[in-house]
Amino acid sequence: MTSFPNDLRYTHDHEWLRAAGSAWRVGITQFAVDQLGDITLVDLPREGDLVTKGQRFGTIESVKSVSDLYAPVSGKVTAVNASLKDSPEQINNEPYGAGWMIELEPTEKAELSELLTPDAYAQHTAA
Amino acid sequence: MERKRTPLWPVHKQLGARLIDFGGWDMPVSYPAGTIKEHRAVREAVGLFDVSHMGEVVLRGPRVREAVERLTTNAVASAPAGKAVYTLLCRPDGGVVDDCIFYKRSDEEFFVIVNASNTAKDLDWFRDHTHSLCEIDDVSDYTALIAVQGPKAVELVDQLAGGALAGLPSFGFTNAVVAGVECLAARTGYTGEDGFELACAGDEAVALWTALMDNLPPGGLPIGLGARDTLRLESRLPLYGNDLDDDHTPLEAGLGWAVKLDREFIGAQALRDQKQRGLTRQLAGFKIAEDARAIARHGYAVVDRSLGTSEAAVIGTVTSGGPGICVGGSIGLAYVPVARARPGTELTIDCRGKDTPATVVSGKFYKRTQP
Repeated sequence: MTSFPNDLRYTHDHEWLRAAGSAWRVGITQFAVDQLGDITLVDLPREGDLVTKGQRFGTIESVKSVSDLYAPVSGKVTAVNASLKDSPEQINNEPYGAGWMIELEPTEKAELSELLTPDAYAQHTAA
Repeated sequence: MERKRTPLWPVHKQLGARLIDFGGWDMPVSYPAGTIKEHRAVREAVGLFDVSHMGEVVLRGPRVREAVERLTTNAVASAPAGKAVYTLLCRPDGGVVDDCIFYKRSDEEFFVIVNASNTAKDLDWFRDHTHSLCEIDDVSDYTALIAVQGPKAVELVDQLAGGALAGLPSFGFTNAVVAGVECLAARTGYTGEDGFELACAGDEAVALWTALMDNLPPGGLPIGLGARDTLRLESRLPLYGNDLDDDHTPLEAGLGWAVKLDREFIGAQALRDQKQRGLTRQLAGFKIAEDARAIARHGYAVVDRSLGTSEAAVIGTVTSGGPGICVGGSIGLAYVPVARARPGTELTIDCRGKDTPATVVSGKFYKRTQP
């Protein structure tokens, strides 16, 4: 079973979240990256946009496929990783670091408790 | 259902390949280097491909030429021995059963490599349309196929064949011993680069692959099916099931050069009629600029919004699309009305709800500079 960083929370859609002040930083997991292969394009929302848990907030294109990105929690986009526009390969290289995508200020705090622990996520990917 | 494995499956596992289901086969889509690096390795150095999933058939007998004459759109039966010929197999209505390469060994024997996903269909087609003029021997299960492609491919293979292969002309083939393994070595490929395709006995495939890997020059890599697809698209080589199918003719696909209409073969009359009437649709190559940040993929609609906003606006369909790894932006192929297929024509493609501008371009997206 693959292990996943302990300081993160996860979703069933293979996203991770890390607390960053009052906001949460969001990216996709190594598991998702392995499935996608080389990433060539990312389409992300703009700062200030509102997103709703479970709704599409962007798309990610690899050489072979295109996938939707689903908001892990509802909230306001407070930061966007603009460097992904020219260097989407950072997601392949450092999915938990330089490959982060957006930061969200949650509006429904209760949704945070529904996120998966590393162990629960590891079980989800092994299933 | 259990996926089928090629003889090189354990090697792919060991190399850390990501394996996917490809038409019932468990095949490497990429190795740890990733599709983009693999693609560039083939353009700049050399890549090794396991394409053993493809089908191999031997047609033989005193009257095999008559059978081949009926089956093939190109001048295959009359080719000299030792020549490989790309051809379509057509239905009576001109639709494409498959595209494949016939290797003429003699006037009494042809070796045929067909698309993996079409192997069973092609065998039925051969049986139904050769009228017992020849023996049909399906050797797919015990034949492995390794492609070696790229500017350093010829040197790599030639050195393992004792200098016997560098002189082989393009689309020539010969029996050769490569790294001690008996092969049919052909100067063919599906990448737009120079190189060889080596067919050998399945139980010798690991030995051949290992020798090639051990002698791989700097920059060389094993290559998965992901890069095989981006490479063939950049070189504008069609893929059956995407760009070719039962419903489109070779003339519409721009493969008229592989159709000799002065001959008689299955589909010849339908194709002559179509040529006489004039084409209504055509496979066009298109480019999407880098700053449009979009990839038009198989099945996306080509639209003209002046005709309406829904189905009325659809004027064509994308058959293949992907990033132009060595040419920038993204590239693809689409069937469009002939009037929209001229180079320079601006097209609009509905990329998942976003209308994206594309420009028709002629010829290959990528053309190699070396001979």
